[in-house]
Amino acid sequence: MGLEEKAGDLGIVTTTLEGVVNWGRTKAMWPMLFGLACCAIEMMAGQASNYDMSRFGLELMRASPRQADLMIVAGRVSRKMAPVLRRLYDQMPEPKWVVAMGDCASCGGVYNNYAIVQGVDEIVPVDVYVAGCPPRPEALIDGILQLHEKIKRDKITDHADGKPVRIEQAERGALKPLG
Amino acid sequence: MVMHAHAYPNIEIPTPSQIAAVALDNEPDENGEQSMILSMGPQHPSTHGVLRLAVELNGENVVQLAPDVGFLHTGIEKTIETKTYTKSIVLTDRMDYLAPMSNNMVYVAAIEKLMKQDVPERAQTLRVLLLEITRINSHLVWLGTHALDLAAMSVFFYAMREREYILDIFEMLTGARMMTSYFRVGGLAWDIPADFIPTVEDFLTHFLPKVDEYEDLLTNNLLWKQRTLGVGVVNAADAIALGLSGANLRASGVDWDLRKTMPYSGYETYQFDVPVGYNGDIYDRYRCRVQEMRESVKIARQAIERLKQMHGQPYITDNRKVAPPPKSEITYSMESLIHHFKLWTEGFRPPRGSAYMAIESPRGEIGCYVVSDGTPQPWRVHFRAPSFINLQALPHIAKGKLMADLVALIASIDPVLGEVDR
Repeated sequence: MGLEEKAGDLGIVTTTLEGVVNWGRTKAMWPMLFGLACCAIEMMAGQASNYDMSRFGLELMRASPRQADLMIVAGRVSRKMAPVLRRLYDQMPEPKWVVAMGDCASCGGVYNNYAIVQGVDEIVPVDVYVAGCPPRPEALIDGILQLHEKIKRDKITDHADGKPVRIEQAERGALKPLG
Repeated sequence: MVMHAHAYPNIEIPTPSQIAAVALDNEPDENGEQSMILSMGPQHPSTHGVLRLAVELNGENVVQLAPDVGFLHTGIEKTIETKTYTKSIVLTDRMDYLAPMSNNMVYVAAIEKLMKQDVPERAQTLRVLLLEITRINSHLVWLGTHALDLAAMSVFFYAMREREYILDIFEMLTGARMMTSYFRVGGLAWDIPADFIPTVEDFLTHFLPKVDEYEDLLTNNLLWKQRTLGVGVVNAADAIALGLSGANLRASGVDWDLRKTMPYSGYETYQFDVPVGYNGDIYDRYRCRVQEMRESVKIARQAIERLKQMHGQPYITDNRKVAPPPKSEITYSMESLIHHFKLWTEGFRPPRGSAYMAIESPRGEIGCYVVSDGTPQPWRVHFRAPSFINLQALPHIAKGKLMADLVALIASIDPVLGEVDR
């Protein structure tokens, strides 16, 4: 902290570029306004009066995937919905993150049957899983704060070759193909 | 009011593929006008879930539209066939996730009807109380999202504030905020906690003036009236022919509420009014539902007065073939232990046959048809989902309306996609 000591009380803080970028990314995430089932109601409750997720910078729910950087998969994903969900994910610009909210999105939940995708990580890469059926709004907020912690550890060099991490992951075969 | 059965009036409900066919053969007419095919949803903020609408537009006007459902198909009815009767109660919660208690109620009531199982009076009264609180809960979400769709954002925050109070009551009672799974065949899962009744009383006292607050925001609001008055009119004959139920039907002037016409759980002994509309437009549906919240408070208060007299009475039947014995009995009664073991390992066996039970859910007539083949698993369970049947009225109502009114129409029908697709 040599510079600050020399500069005296001038209100200057030094940090890393990575720190600033990641800080910016966590403090104003724009989730996609996209609810599937029961969990969406708790997500709404999280947005509403008592829990007020905008305290954590999640104020602006964007209905368009083009303007969102966080996808909260709130609810069960059926086989008919899966291609739609994947397309929405692909339409989001990088960098982007996914929270699987609730048991159904995480692992299929109580529905081990023909209709429900057994965990949304079969079709999109998930950063944080939130347990509960449905999770309380506090649990969702906690999940998003966990995601913030994760983002703070991101390296800019992950994106250095101009290729988004997810695409690189897909090429390595880390992501399962759709279908 | 006696309505005669209509032959099908001039109601056309296109399919999504018919709308898609329009897109293939979409040539401009002699005036150079061409219709536009718009796919609204399944990811759309105003379709209340994952509903997709295939809309054919002529400028701003809807020529025809077709709802494309199934994006939330969960296979609940099929899954129920693989589980015992009691285990499936948790699945019914997740159909109409705004009113889980109504789903629980119709499912257990259908089984009770099939087994000719009586329910203790205290359990019935508690059920009525919980069903009415659920109705308020569901209507609050409807009111909030409906107003939000028409850009009245404050109402959403007001409504969700009171809803949290209800969720706290549910949590105190069952441990879960939304998915309560509290009803059992023959009664309820466990007794109410000691401070349940005072909390509900507090809530009702707190809540009633809040309904006036919502009405202050909307009922005489010029913008609200312009968007809702005379929009999306369904006349009584069409409403009946389309199979509408609940507030959607009553707003058209048909006095039909299953709590009055086919009472269950002792509803015939409560004093309450059924709000009935006149015009069948969005505004009347709004007025009906808001008034229903006040009537629900009235019923809940009567139920509380009765519950105070019933302290100590059983909350579930003492028929050990259906309801498990209390834990304390198991330690000294061999027979109780056997009953407990049989119920948890195998489940009970209703007689061969079938039963249909319908109740008035916040959305309308929810029905449950149970077919038993005498085994511990149901052979078939079907739900008559009011959202699904109300939604099929949308192409009829929205025909020729403005695209902007379509958003208001969807919200006023109040579909829950979890129940539509099941």
